[in-house]
Amino acid sequence: MSFKENFIVPKRYNTVSVALMALGVIAIIALYISTHGSGGTEEEKKISDARFWGSLLQNSVYFLLVVNAAMFFICATTLAWGGWQMAFRRVPEAISAVVPVIGVITLAILLAIAFGNNHTIYHWTDTEHVKHDAILNFKKGFLNKGFFAVVSVLTVGLWSWLGWKMRKLSRSLDDNPLATREEAKKYIWNNTVWAALYLVVFALTVMSSVPWLWLMSIDAHWYSTMYSWYTFASTFVAGMALICLFVVYLKNNGYLEFTNEEHLHDIGKFMFAFSIFWTYLWFSQFMLIWYANIPEETTYFSPRAQGIYKGVFWLMFIINFIAPLLILMKRGSKRNYSTITFMSLLILFGHWLDFFQMVFPGPSPHKVPLMLYDFGVALGFVGLIMYVTGKALSKAPLLAKNHPFVKESIIHHT
Amino acid sequence: MAVKKFVTGNFYDEAVLFPAVKKVRRAGYKIHDVFTPFPIHGLDTAMGLRDTSLHTAGFVYGITGTATAVGFITWALTRDWPINFGGKPFFALPAWIPICFELTVLFAAVGMVLTFCYLCQLAPFVKKDHFNPRSTDDTFVMALECTDKTNESEAMNFLQSLGAVEVQVQYKETGWWLGRYDKDTKRFEKKEQAPEAVH
Repeated sequence: MSFKENFIVPKRYNTVSVALMALGVIAIIALYISTHGSGGTEEEKKISDARFWGSLLQNSVYFLLVVNAAMFFICATTLAWGGWQMAFRRVPEAISAVVPVIGVITLAILLAIAFGNNHTIYHWTDTEHVKHDAILNFKKGFLNKGFFAVVSVLTVGLWSWLGWKMRKLSRSLDDNPLATREEAKKYIWNNTVWAALYLVVFALTVMSSVPWLWLMSIDAHWYSTMYSWYTFASTFVAGMALICLFVVYLKNNGYLEFTNEEHLHDIGKFMFAFSIFWTYLWFSQFMLIWYANIPEETTYFSPRAQGIYKGVFWLMFIINFIAPLLILMKRGSKRNYSTITFMSLLILFGHWLDFFQMVFPGPSPHKVPLMLYDFGVALGFVGLIMYVTGKALSKAPLLAKNHPFVKESIIHHT
Repeated sequence: MAVKKFVTGNFYDEAVLFPAVKKVRRAGYKIHDVFTPFPIHGLDTAMGLRDTSLHTAGFVYGITGTATAVGFITWALTRDWPINFGGKPFFALPAWIPICFELTVLFAAVGMVLTFCYLCQLAPFVKKDHFNPRSTDDTFVMALECTDKTNESEAMNFLQSLGAVEVQVQYKETGWWLGRYDKDTKRFEKKEQAPEAVH
């Protein structure tokens, strides 16, 4: 069997990714000019400035969490001793290599927002204001610049380090196969321990503290304990969609011989199941607040579900729930390369919209900001992900052929 | 119910069973079914079975459940007996979603269980007759359905050549409750072939 072991980055792939990155940079510059050129009062200038940073915040955090979900996928399947994903495991590994890159960008943006003079996005950063605000004063042990910075840096650092460790463990087998059964057992155990460590960090960050700090604190008076779970579900679905896109791309170019519809079907199942899970969390958060109808809780939903963000809000609900429910339910659509590609793109876009409506009603309550630039910024991040993932893919063989579970994946049958 | 004639054979190994299934089909015999103690991946494809329509039925039941819930609650809370709950509109859809969900699950689950029993010809008090009791224990039992033209000794030899053991000819009643049997039948004694069989 001819076996294309290594991914060679095609010229066109690189051109497209660099072009997208350039487009992103142009969009950021254009957005900066359009939000800072006009005059107006001090207040208007601040809102305009916040609109610029909000776009960067939304895109960087979204894409960081999406690429990080790839490592979560690896660690969760490793911890469960799953074998089916081995045929394409190098793909999520390569995607997770983007974490440090986007991580640094996100950190720069977050710290710039938190330590900047404009308190429109994170109004808890305004120490003078917090003194007179009973709720924010009460929360200042959690919502303060020092804690925010330390947790953010630590989070990105730990994700990058543990992800690097997992990738290194996977690649350590490429040149020296495991000789004995005992060695294989030890290797699997080693993997399990590191995966578990990553998951603990993941649970303490993505599944709890980090979305509270980065996103929920935009509406600092409001809180929801479900928010982080909901964010996690959102990014995990999108992460699976991203993995799926890369798998389909490689498959179409003659790589990944051992990956077939069976694996695609299981990826599709993840996308379907977690779309439903996302809706479950989204609705649980929504319904209780809708039912109780307490003013301090409804402040979050009134601009979104009933106010000017209504369109985005319900559009993303249709894209993220109704479409996957009806389209991905059928077995055939999960095994069809075209349908699954379309659904992946749709889901990635839908959850991007989800993040849009998470971020903007806070800093821009009176106007839904023009979205053309946001697409540009998003495409810039897409280009970055494509570029770094392509590079990481080409560095190692596409199949971890010496891993003990590879055979299980090759004969996988859904 | 018509009584039909079957040739059955036991297989010990999946690696023997799969080529046997293929060869039997290629030889033109009609496989009535293959009975296995546990699900075997890919056997349905090898046997050429079509996909089950159970999930389609499940979808229909689920939709029915949702429609029932929405319909009934709408009628009850907006037409028949509107009550003001904390100033909420009478048509308070978010509050009903959990009930709609539960009824969807209930209808789908109960409906699918009943449909599954129907498809497998199972019902309370209906006894199933096995071609070979070892199909619930440690062997895979393949049953070929014979027609008037089938030469049964040839079929038996063919199964044996493919690696089957305990090859035998059996007469079974087909039809809706396939293999309903008399309680007096002694299950494990050495059976003579049914003499009154009609062809």
